[in-house]
Amino acid sequence: MQAAAKVAVSVANAVPVPESSAEIVTFRPPVRPAVERAMGIARHVVSVVLPPLIVLSVTLFVWQLLCSEPGARLPPPTKVVSDAWDFIADPFYDNGGIDKGAFWQISKSLGRVAIGFSLAAVVGIALGVLVGQSTWAMRGLDPIFQVLRTVPPLAWLPLSLAGFRHADPSALFVIFITSIWPIIINTSVGVRNIPQDYRNVASVIRLSWWEVFYKITLPATVPYIFTGLRIGVGLSWLAIVAAEMLIGGVGIGFFIWDAWNSSRISDIIVALVYIGIVGFLLDKLIATVGHFVSHGVSAQ
Amino acid sequence: MTTQPYLKFEQIGMSFRRGQMATEVLRDVNLRIERGEFVSMIGHSGCGKSTLLNILGGLLKSTSGEVFLEGKVVDEPGPDRAIVFQNHSLLPWLTVYGNIAIAVDKVFGGSQGKGKTKAERHDWVMHNLELVQMAQAKDKRPHEVSGGMKQRVGIARALAMQPKVLLMDEPFGALDALTRAHLQDSVMEIHSKLGNTVLMITHDVDEAVLLSDRVVMMTNGPAATIGEILPINLARPRRRLELATDAEYARCRAAVLEFLYARHRVPARAA
Repeated sequence: MQAAAKVAVSVANAVPVPESSAEIVTFRPPVRPAVERAMGIARHVVSVVLPPLIVLSVTLFVWQLLCSEPGARLPPPTKVVSDAWDFIADPFYDNGGIDKGAFWQISKSLGRVAIGFSLAAVVGIALGVLVGQSTWAMRGLDPIFQVLRTVPPLAWLPLSLAGFRHADPSALFVIFITSIWPIIINTSVGVRNIPQDYRNVASVIRLSWWEVFYKITLPATVPYIFTGLRIGVGLSWLAIVAAEMLIGGVGIGFFIWDAWNSSRISDIIVALVYIGIVGFLLDKLIATVGHFVSHGVSAQ
Repeated sequence: MTTQPYLKFEQIGMSFRRGQMATEVLRDVNLRIERGEFVSMIGHSGCGKSTLLNILGGLLKSTSGEVFLEGKVVDEPGPDRAIVFQNHSLLPWLTVYGNIAIAVDKVFGGSQGKGKTKAERHDWVMHNLELVQMAQAKDKRPHEVSGGMKQRVGIARALAMQPKVLLMDEPFGALDALTRAHLQDSVMEIHSKLGNTVLMITHDVDEAVLLSDRVVMMTNGPAATIGEILPINLARPRRRLELATDAEYARCRAAVLEFLYARHRVPARAA
């Protein structure tokens, strides 16, 4: 005890702080009444919902004004709703053939996207890891990828029809080939950006090739992979609508083409709104999954 | 057999080649370290101390010379030479527990000689977390704990591999002074408890003198080598407060400073 005291004195001439005599005051958090809290939430909701609502109403109003005069080429919103009311009100009708409700049309298209996009995800991630890990694979494949990814989706359709000789697999192929490029490219960038530290850790604990892949490479690359998947799912939704117009059958794409051929302009407009909403939801779905799968990785 | 040192660097030389240009980083490095010794290596930036540590770690292959550990040549990375990295290198998608378990499961899993059952491995992970006082944070992810805590986990991960030599690459370089002092105390305590052989790289003269049995001082690069080895004859356990006025401590500290700043000052270009 004495030794410690001596050391302290010789190190510095410390001045003891006088014991504080200040009175301790406790602050009680003010209790906000329930009404006030509810008002706060309401104000927040209004501030989020109100701006898009205003813009939407103004747009609809202007549209209504512009298309109301007789001889207008496009129907105003009120006419769209009254013309297409059957289509809007009952999404589940099925009159056989291709005469089905919106739900069936959209789910057919979504089913195609699900198959084509899942294939693209599996193959794209595998190729991306290969290209990211091997310099040789990158030098060999990257120029080809860079050229092929600029080919528009529909340009693949005739070739795939020639190859598959059936409409359905051709549509799947178009989705596959459209959405695979961003998945490959983002995955390979992710793999190339894995910090050397992680690789060092893996080699010190002597992980095998396979363990490195699923314990280090995949989790470290997940945020990049999901960026690729998000772009890919958006592109495949773009591609399916265009491809279905050409291959026919049930599907929201051919529904639009069929509506055009029978001059049901209002149905086209409703279908466009549905396509937009579904595309938006697809994007949000992948983003949400990505958020949960990559917990913590991006927040270093 | 008695003359065989535990760890031996023999005539290590290293040059990096970039196109036509070859840079010689290390030349003729010879060093012997005994079991249980705590050796630190100090020198100016760019003197090749990290390169030397990475050669021992097996992450780099020396251009000439060999490293022997218990008489065997070191030529690949392995858990017997666990490394504590400067920037902790924890995997951000794993919890604190998971970061240690990934190493423990690999090193002690399976049916080789060191095989442990699942329950034993769990206990071993927890034991090492307790050693660095991080057991309470086992379910946190690395980004949820402070820098000092991350480095504690990094140390626990390395210790959990039961390495023959513990390599520390400026383990406290990225930490503030108070946290660094805490961790230094922890490392001294663990070293006295477990008796590991440790090779530590540092920039900090006080840290080197406080922790080590010997301080290896490197000359400046290119073609750096060991300039001088200073034995630190201070009794353990060492307490930083008492050492502040200790004559032997002051002498050692002065010797290292003299080496670094009088005899091997960094040439102006490198500043």
